[in-house]
Amino acid sequence: MAILVDKSTRLVVQGITGGEGSFHTRQMIEYGTNVVAGVVPGKGGTFFDDKIPIFNTVREAVEKEGANTSIIFVPAPFAPDAIIEAADAGIKVIVCITEGIPAKDMIQVYEYLKHTNSRLIGPNCPGVISPGKAKVGIMPGFIHKEGTIGVVSRSGTLTYEAVKQLTELGFGQSTCVGIGGDPVIGSKFTDIIKLFNEDPETEAIVMIGEIGGTAEEEAAEFVKNYVDKPVFGFIAGRTAPPGRRMGHAGAIISGGKGTAQEKMKALADAGIHVIENPAVIGETVKKVLSEKPKRKVFVMSSSSRKATQKKKRKSSTKKNKSKTNQKQNLE
Amino acid sequence: MKIHEYQAKEILKKFGVAVPKGRVAFTPEEAVEVAKEIGGNVWVVKAQIHAGGRGKAGGIKLARSYDEVYEHAKNMLGAKLVTYQTGPEGKIVKKVLVEQGLSIQKELYVGITLDRSTSRNVVMVSSEGGVEIEQIAAESPEKILKEYVDPKVGFMPYQARRLAFGLGLDGEAFKNAVKFLLALYKAYEETDASLAEINPLVLTTDGQVLALDAKMNFDDNALFRHPEIVEMRDIDEEDPLEVEASKYNLNYIRLKGNVGCMVNGAGLAMATMDLIKLAGGEPANFLDVGGGAKAETVEQGFRIILSDPNVKAILINIFGGIVRCDRVAQGVVEAARKVGVNVPVVVRLEGTNAEEGAKILKESGLNFIVANGFKDAAEKVVNVLKELGIN
Repeated sequence: MAILVDKSTRLVVQGITGGEGSFHTRQMIEYGTNVVAGVVPGKGGTFFDDKIPIFNTVREAVEKEGANTSIIFVPAPFAPDAIIEAADAGIKVIVCITEGIPAKDMIQVYEYLKHTNSRLIGPNCPGVISPGKAKVGIMPGFIHKEGTIGVVSRSGTLTYEAVKQLTELGFGQSTCVGIGGDPVIGSKFTDIIKLFNEDPETEAIVMIGEIGGTAEEEAAEFVKNYVDKPVFGFIAGRTAPPGRRMGHAGAIISGGKGTAQEKMKALADAGIHVIENPAVIGETVKKVLSEKPKRKVFVMSSSSRKATQKKKRKSSTKKNKSKTNQKQNLE
Repeated sequence: MKIHEYQAKEILKKFGVAVPKGRVAFTPEEAVEVAKEIGGNVWVVKAQIHAGGRGKAGGIKLARSYDEVYEHAKNMLGAKLVTYQTGPEGKIVKKVLVEQGLSIQKELYVGITLDRSTSRNVVMVSSEGGVEIEQIAAESPEKILKEYVDPKVGFMPYQARRLAFGLGLDGEAFKNAVKFLLALYKAYEETDASLAEINPLVLTTDGQVLALDAKMNFDDNALFRHPEIVEMRDIDEEDPLEVEASKYNLNYIRLKGNVGCMVNGAGLAMATMDLIKLAGGEPANFLDVGGGAKAETVEQGFRIILSDPNVKAILINIFGGIVRCDRVAQGVVEAARKVGVNVPVVVRLEGTNAEEGAKILKESGLNFIVANGFKDAAEKVVNVLKELGIN
C-alpha cells in the first residue's frame, strides 16, 4: 500500500511538450512511473519521445489508455481549465504543479471538485511520490526510500530536506505528499493525514507546516480525535515578521493569527511531537520511534473506552449538525 | 499588492460604493483647491502611506477653514509619519487625501477576505467600527457577523440584508447599507482583491452609509489580468532593496538581523531563517532564489544581501534536487568573484553531484565554509558568529 499513487497509477501528463512538462516526464519515467499518455490540445495523434501517445483531450487519454491519474504543467492562466477537464474525464488523482493560479479561480475549481470523485493535490506543489512505486511530481527521486513514514508538507525543498534526513537515518517513506503553498489548495493537511491514518503501511506521520492560515491547527484537532499513529510536526517561519508574505501566497501572519508559536502549541496540545529545529527532523523521529512502541497505547478499561467512542461519536454528530445548518442557510 | 487609501476609494467609486467627496493632493496649494472643489466648511486631511494607525500618529487632521487645510497639508507633506505599523523608521508622506467632513452617527466595520478553511470568500461586519477587527474578534467574537459566499451564486442580496439587519439598521440607512455591501463585494470580486476592508464604515446623521477609510490588497497571482491595478503600485512605499530584488524575480524581504541567507524554496528559506535564530544569530533577510538557483540569480542575490550593511555573515542553503550541485557551485563561485564578497559565507549544497560541488567551492580560493548537511550548516554559522564576536 501507500496513498494516492502506486504501481496501479496510469499517469497522463497535461502539458507534456512544454519545458517543465517534458523534462519531468522523462524523470518520472526513469523513476519507474507508468506514464501512459500526454495531453496537448492540437497535438493529438503525435508521440512524446516516440513512445508516449499524445491526445487532444484528457477524456481520450482515459478512454484509450486507461489513465487514472494526471499531472498538470500548463501555465497558470490555463491550469484551472486543465484541472476541471481532468476531473470531468474521471481522473481520480489530479496533481497540479503549476504555480501562480489566482485564488479566485481556485475557489471555483475547489467548489467544482467537491461534487466529483476526484482528489486534487496542489496547485503550486512538488507532487506526490510513493518511493519504489511511482513518482508523480518534480521531487528528486533518489533522496527517497521505501518505508513506513508518511510525509505531508506545504513546501517543496523543505520537504526534500526532511525526507533526506529520514532516509539517511534509515527511515523510508510510504508516501510523501506536497500539498502546496497557496491559500486555496485541493487537499489540506487533514485530508492527507486521514489517508495516512487509514493506510496500514504507514506507521508514523511527519507533517511540515508553515506560518499562515489555520490548516495546521485543524489537522491537530483531527489528530487529537482520530489518529493513533505517532505524528511529528514542524512549523517553518518562527522568525517571520507579521504582515509580510514569505514567498508562498499562504505564508503570512495577519492580525496576530497564524504564527509559528500558536501552531506549535496547537500541535503539542494534540499530542503531536513538535520538532523545534529543522535540522533534527530525522533525529527526532528516530529518537521517538526507537523509544516508544509504534502505536499509542491506550489503557482499555471499559470506562475510558466508552469515553473515546463517545468523543468520536460526538464529533461526528457535530459534523452532521453543521451540514444541516449549511443546508438551512442555503434555503 | 497594496495600494493607497485614495486609490482604493477611486476603485470603489467605479463600482458604485459610496465614498466621501475628495481627491488626492501633492502640495498644500492643491489641497486647498480640492477643499474648494468639495465645498462645505469642514474637511479632513489624510496622509497617504501604506500603513495603518495614521490617526493616532497625527496623520489625519480635521480642518475648519482653507487656512487649516493648507497648514495640515503643509505639515504632513514631506514629513515622516511614524505609526505602530511603519516601525520606528516611519514613512515619508508624499501625498494627502482631502475629503469632505461628515456628520457621523455611528462607526461600523466591514471586511471581505478569503477564508482558507472553507476555501470561500467571507463578508464580515461588526457594529464596533473604528477599532482593530482582531481586537473585536478576541474580545467579543459575537459582535462579528459573517456570511460565506457560495461561489456558484456569488454574494446574494439576502446575505447583504441579513448583515444589514444584524447591524441594527433600518429605513434609509438599511437600504444604503445593503447597496453598499453588494457593491463592495462586486469591487472585491472583479478586481481579484485579497482584502477589502472598510474600517470605519460610517453611518451619517442623514442616513448615508459611506467608506470613511478603505484598504484594498490584491492577489499578486491575478495581477496579469489587471494592468490598471499594477499601475497603482507605489515604489516609494516599498523597501528599495526589495524593489531591486523583484526586478530579478527574487523573492526578498529585508529583516533587521545580521546573518544574510540565500535559499531555494520559500519553506526551506523560512526554516533556514529559523535555524539562524536557533544558532544565536538573527536573520537579515528572507531570500528565495527559486527552484533552479542559476548563476545570475545567485549573483543578484549576493549583491542584494551585501547592500544591507548589517550583514556580517551569509548562509547559502541550496537543496538542488534534480539541479546539479556542481553547476550551482560554479554559479556561486563566479557570483562571489564578480561581486567581491567580503564576509564569511557558509555554503550548504545538497542534491545531485553534491561532492563535486563542495570540491569546486573548496578549490575556489574564496572564503567559503563548506557545510555538509543542514545541521552542520547551523553549527558552522554558530562558529562564524562566535569568531565575529556576535554570539
